[in-house]
Amino acid sequence: MKGITFIPANTAIDFLSKRLVFFIVSAMVVVASLGLFVTKGLNYGIDFQGGIMIEVRTPAPAKIADMRDQLSDLGLGEVNLQEFGQPTDVLIRVQRQAGDEKAQQRAVEVVKQALSKDVEYRRTEFVGPKVSEELFWDGIMAVLFAIGAILVYIWFRFEWQFGIGAIVALSHDVIATIGIFALLGLEFNLSTVAAVLTIAGYSINDTVVVYDRVRENLRKFKTMPLAELLNLSINQTLSRTVMTSVTTLLALVALNLLGGEVIHDFSFAMIFGVIIGTYSSICLAVPLLVYLNLERRARGGTTADDAGAAADQPSASE
Amino acid sequence: MVYFGKWKVIFVLAVCALGLAFAAPNFVAKDTAGGLPTWLPHKQINLGLDLQGGSHLLLEVEVDAVIAEYLEGIVDSVRVTLRRQGIRYGKLGIDGNAVGVTIREADKVDAAREAIRQFDPTTVIDVEGSRIRVSLSEQVMLERRRSAVQQSIEIVRRRIDETGVREPTIQAQGEDRILVQVPGLQDPERLKALLGKTAKMTFHLVDQQNPLSDALAGRVPPGSRLLSSVSDVNADGTPRQFLIRKRVMVSGDTLIDSQPSFDQRTGQPVVTFRFDTVGAKRFGDVTSRNVGRPFAIVLDGRVISAPVIQEAILGGTGQISGGFTTAEANDLALLLRAGALPAPLTILEERTVGPGLGADSVAAGKVASLIGLALVIVFMVIAYGRFGLYADVALAANMMMILGALSVLQATLTLPGIAGIVLTIGMAVDANVLIFERIREEVRLGRTPISAVDSGYSRALTTIVDANVTTLIAALLLYAFGSGPVRGFAVTLAIGIVTSMFTAIMVTRLMVVVWLRRTKPAALPI
Repeated sequence: MKGITFIPANTAIDFLSKRLVFFIVSAMVVVASLGLFVTKGLNYGIDFQGGIMIEVRTPAPAKIADMRDQLSDLGLGEVNLQEFGQPTDVLIRVQRQAGDEKAQQRAVEVVKQALSKDVEYRRTEFVGPKVSEELFWDGIMAVLFAIGAILVYIWFRFEWQFGIGAIVALSHDVIATIGIFALLGLEFNLSTVAAVLTIAGYSINDTVVVYDRVRENLRKFKTMPLAELLNLSINQTLSRTVMTSVTTLLALVALNLLGGEVIHDFSFAMIFGVIIGTYSSICLAVPLLVYLNLERRARGGTTADDAGAAADQPSASE
Repeated sequence: MVYFGKWKVIFVLAVCALGLAFAAPNFVAKDTAGGLPTWLPHKQINLGLDLQGGSHLLLEVEVDAVIAEYLEGIVDSVRVTLRRQGIRYGKLGIDGNAVGVTIREADKVDAAREAIRQFDPTTVIDVEGSRIRVSLSEQVMLERRRSAVQQSIEIVRRRIDETGVREPTIQAQGEDRILVQVPGLQDPERLKALLGKTAKMTFHLVDQQNPLSDALAGRVPPGSRLLSSVSDVNADGTPRQFLIRKRVMVSGDTLIDSQPSFDQRTGQPVVTFRFDTVGAKRFGDVTSRNVGRPFAIVLDGRVISAPVIQEAILGGTGQISGGFTTAEANDLALLLRAGALPAPLTILEERTVGPGLGADSVAAGKVASLIGLALVIVFMVIAYGRFGLYADVALAANMMMILGALSVLQATLTLPGIAGIVLTIGMAVDANVLIFERIREEVRLGRTPISAVDSGYSRALTTIVDANVTTLIAALLLYAFGSGPVRGFAVTLAIGIVTSMFTAIMVTRLMVVVWLRRTKPAALPI
């Protein structure tokens, strides 16, 4: 039983020569994402904004227009209704009420009284202003600390140049994910932050694999021009990069299609993140190294260093 | 890398067997698992509230109210003390975090300070000219806040236990918050209503010396208060007002029992109560001295009813009728039994998931995981043949270990947690992909099968560790800063990373090595 090789061995795609195209495209993506973030803004869920979210199931397909009329007359400000997964399920969002937590709690009661008695309450979430503010800052802290900690790890394991490349690729992925959420108006909530952090982890994971090979090749091929060496490293790891992305995407697509409405956006964010993370490690993180003045010091032996990388590991029987 | 000592083989197999053993209880019904002997693994995975349905409530104890109440008490004591000493004063009242009073005669300031110090030595007294400020020391404030929170937790627990729900979690969070998690709750609104009441009950005489009309016009006599009725309404639909003497005749603290019942004559729902000996005596004294006068029962600043005392009540029991429905009588009796909260509670956050959605999420999560797993398994076999099959066996072992670890640690599995497991399915094979691709490269370089496998594993190892540590960092930070369901995601992701490294490196290698030694192939089927 032999496997099928999806990505041919010894590919020699010249990624480095197209690096300016990648950089320009990515710069545009980043600028557009930041622009969308500033102008259109994110559709913050109640986690970060406070407010009320109620998911109900009606006995017959819901008459959303009627329900909307009914709930809009309650004087609770903006009330948003949408079908959620199937015709009988409705997600009701009520904006954060003026005043303190008690005002929010009263609004929950008012909505529940206004709805007909035979609806099933599948979910009731209410987040007061105090908690939403804390969750918002916790989210920002989590993302910043995660990026910082990953950076420190990369800096310990590699030279600083790699750290810069990795952080650029990572930030690119995180910003682009935020951009797509702003563009599509998807709800940005606690789970999204979890998704963003996972994307950060995945993006770095991908980058580290290619960087490991770059480092190995730097020791192996002391005289090879840097651009050529980077190209070689990308091509050598291309098969792995693609294969891992495929398996991860297979699992995530199953989750997205079958995992239920509640984690639909969450799995979407991850799918997007895996794709962009794969792109950025190949097309941004590695080509950037060209400009970062990598040290190519001769360490240990000279030409006999071809097997040097293997000697880094204790090998048993060969 | 292609040599496995005997003990190492046993270790790898033992870890896999343990994973399977601890995961096993999850494949039988809950009751069956509960009936297993204790020496067998019998713990099932703890489902989060978003999967089993239930309410998560974050409450805040309004501790400032406790401090304010205490300061009110000091105001009264200062007034009484200074009057008794014959010291003239003015501007007595709460002043920020302290009680302020201005002494009119400069030569009496010292005497006043002494007198105030006498009645409460724990206060801090500052004198500035003729102004005396009485405040609580930091330590006392802290102590009061802490005990208010502790006491609130106790009362909340009693109230929830009285409703009969199973396995609630009630714990302090931060300085002044209480986290309440109640699984499988049918009526979250009732729980919120029960927790939202302070349930401070007091008995007062109704002020009959001063006309109610004067008070309604804004001239409320000192020593009395205007309170509105809970259920009685005036002709125009506004709540009926009562003029009540401020002095508490009997306090609800002295109640020892309270039950819902029905009035024997009218058949109306009522609440009966019983005092302890001290309360019974006070109640007896008050009722015998005030026969023929109305006696107000006040709950949280509103009058439940104000019946006229017909005769002295000496037995220490009584009943309250306030036009209740049966449900209201039940809840009031429950609140009185459980006791009053020292301070009001505010609901900061609520997340309630109905049992229907929880069950749907579990079902959807199972389907998504199984389909995801199947896709990855098929793909790995197509891509790597025999080696892919080994990776698939390792993947299955990995799933068992994740389930086993979740059961042993009694970590909570949430919906995002399931997503974490699905993500792990995709990423777990990454380590094997790295190794297999490396082996392919080594084969192309012309190495023998054993040599290719050996260097494939050893060279991929650093990369695997580096790549996984970064994801682990993200997972740990997610755990530290996340809350609720997101934490569940961090937990499964972190467990998945650790177990997948073990299975990908050790379990597949064991299988590859055994196969290599048995068949001594001339070429690798990869």
